[in-house]
Amino acid sequence: MAASHPDSGPHHTGDASEVRRGVVVMHDVRAEIDRLQDTVLVDVAEVGFDEASTFAIRLALEEAVANAFRHGNAEDPSKTVTVRYAVSSHEIHLAVEDEGPGFDPGAVPDPTEDANLEIPSGRGIMLMRAYMTSVEIVAPGNRIEMIFRRD
Amino acid sequence: MNPASHGLKITEQDGVSRIDFVERNILDEANIQQIGESIGAVVDASPRPRLLICFENVEHLSSAALGALITVNTKVKARDGQLRLSNIRPQILEVFRITRLDRLFVIHGTAEEAMDTFG
Repeated sequence: MAASHPDSGPHHTGDASEVRRGVVVMHDVRAEIDRLQDTVLVDVAEVGFDEASTFAIRLALEEAVANAFRHGNAEDPSKTVTVRYAVSSHEIHLAVEDEGPGFDPGAVPDPTEDANLEIPSGRGIMLMRAYMTSVEIVAPGNRIEMIFRRD
Repeated sequence: MNPASHGLKITEQDGVSRIDFVERNILDEANIQQIGESIGAVVDASPRPRLLICFENVEHLSSAALGALITVNTKVKARDGQLRLSNIRPQILEVFRITRLDRLFVIHGTAEEAMDTFG
């Protein structure tokens, strides 16, 4: 769990292998979120993903982490969000976990319906689904697992 | 920078309030809230607001930023005003298309084109 990672910095392992992994535990501080994105995106770029891919990864990370802090942790500043990532030359795995009770993704209304177009929230999950190869919200709903695969 | 327009450059041009983002990334929620309030103040200052929001500098934006824009759009409509968006780079335009917000907003390629459409 989050509390078992006292060091919130990224942990690179297996430099001889092809997979770069990291675990980052964050508080709801913009600088920590930016640092996470920069860390992951450096790895993503270094293994050869293009600019459109890094745009997609940044967007998905932004939306997942924002949802985790705002909805999952209900903006409780004492709660953390844990991001695990694994980057290889052909695919990227991201898991974002919060300390909240979870939620039912089926209960989120479709923001692209005409009747919902003017509702100012509720677009994060659909954007992640649009940009990632796969998105799974793991019951009870406090962890989201995403994969981005090279075309 | 005017502290009341944090992260924004606001200029008056031919009866239109033109708003430019200063930052490349419109992601931080507190910042987005301030931006929404600043643009809201521009809308409230006019009986029939005419707004052009120019995205020339913007490389990344979040769904929270889209939400702030939707709120601005609703306020402008309530005052029978006009809102145009312009200079949205292709990657960001794709975000508007995916969310179908390209149907909610009036979007032009350039600020000049947008300026010509105000009635």
